[in-house]
Amino acid sequence: MSVFSETVDWLTDSTHWSGDDGIPHRLIEHVGYTAETVAIASVIAIPLGLWIGHTGRFRTLAVALTGAMRALPTLGLLTGIVLFTGIGLTPALIALVVLAIPPLLAGAYSGLESVDRQTIDAARAIGMTEWQILTKVEIPLALSLIVGGVRSATLQVVATATVAAFVSLGGLGRYIIDGQAVRDYPQMAAGSVVVVALALVLDGIFAGLQRLALRSRPSLVPTSA
Amino acid sequence: MSIHKMTAAVAVTAALGLSLAACGSSDPTSGKKSESDTITVGSAKFPENEIIAEIYAQALEAKGVKVKKKLNIGAREAYIPALKNGEIDLLPEYSGNLLTFLDPKATATSEADIEEALDDALPDNLEVLEAAKAEDKDSLNVTPEFADKNGVKTIGDLAKVDGLKLGANPEFKTRAYGIPGLEKVYGIKDVKFTPISDSGGPATLKALLDGKVDVADIYSTTPSILANKLVTLEDPKNLIAAQQVIPLINDKKASDKVEKILDDVSAQLTTADLLDLNTKNQGADKTAPDVLAKEWLTSKGLI
Repeated sequence: MSVFSETVDWLTDSTHWSGDDGIPHRLIEHVGYTAETVAIASVIAIPLGLWIGHTGRFRTLAVALTGAMRALPTLGLLTGIVLFTGIGLTPALIALVVLAIPPLLAGAYSGLESVDRQTIDAARAIGMTEWQILTKVEIPLALSLIVGGVRSATLQVVATATVAAFVSLGGLGRYIIDGQAVRDYPQMAAGSVVVVALALVLDGIFAGLQRLALRSRPSLVPTSA
Repeated sequence: MSIHKMTAAVAVTAALGLSLAACGSSDPTSGKKSESDTITVGSAKFPENEIIAEIYAQALEAKGVKVKKKLNIGAREAYIPALKNGEIDLLPEYSGNLLTFLDPKATATSEADIEEALDDALPDNLEVLEAAKAEDKDSLNVTPEFADKNGVKTIGDLAKVDGLKLGANPEFKTRAYGIPGLEKVYGIKDVKFTPISDSGGPATLKALLDGKVDVADIYSTTPSILANKLVTLEDPKNLIAAQQVIPLINDKKASDKVEKILDDVSAQLTTADLLDLNTKNQGADKTAPDVLAKEWLTSKGLI
């Protein structure tokens, strides 16, 4: 029997669709890790990115730092953290948050930078405070790129959250790591297929959100474009 | 994409992604056969096996046998063929794993059963000599505090602990010596299993010391067992297959003289010795295998 048909058999076997080790439960866990990670990372990275984008301060530092963070190997980082914290959710979340911050930060500050300077000057000229400029002009105009940052962070995290299984958590990575341990390639392939499918679905949702953000852009003042 | 390629791609992705690279090293043994009066000693690609191979080699050399070394060959998939076709002649093996490699359906777990089954399973031109008492195998360990508090000395004693938490490599969940065996052989049910993918390494140890798991599967010759005074649970019903260190040799090279020398080595080699050798090799000292082998042989009066 081929790995392909064995993978299909594995995926269609009803025993793999129920219980703690079943696909629905693992899928919920996986989405849970992803959501927690993106939420924590957003709270850190988006306000910071907006501040950098609005003030233009520390931009060079932010670019260099996010570039360096992107280069960190998640599994290596995770293993390093585990030696200090022990196994569990904390090390996995830390490693994944580190992975999610760069795209979120980049989305926020580059989003704000993309806003036409003349628009901002006009807003300032009509007497808007800095806060009003940020919330009423910059963020609405940059929203599509900010959502783009969330989209790219979510995709990276959903793909990488499989490493959570490496530190004893659940999620779809369990199939890949448990399968590897006993050379059960159909199980590994099935786990990968579900991760890929989840990533595609999430990407589709975010693509829709981004389009929505673009369409609802306010035309406060006519842009030069 | 062909199915083989897909299998390979999945395997490679996993291996890279998880940095659990399979042993796929190039084969240093490809080449001409060992000369008739020389014994070519090989070893698997991990430090403990290399140390034992050095012990064999130096013990033979000291008694005037001509020896050549081809150490660090790889996994069984690489060195068993090399033994079969005479590129290497002698290699330290582990009885249980050698048996399941040769006969994947083998069920023997006791020392005697494994040795008997090995005789049938080995290819015609290979034989195993006397096994040493030394074993490197999965072992279930608890902290001394847990052992005291719960009066646990053997694996069977774990049956009286409610809500037992066990940490081990993921395969422990399905293997015969793992969760299914705990219930079947010792009647231990409802184990809360925590898969930790580091083969009893630092993360497993930390989980045990932090109390995240009560029992941890750690290889019996891992230095951390000694360093942390862990209690290795006895296994009177042979749940975990014996893994005695055993010389695997080409029968054309197994002269009486050679057999006697290797038997003398096996008679003295214990699990405690392996633990000690591994500790010196992997600890702060990082003593080289050939130096460790010489020290051990000298201390036992074998050279």
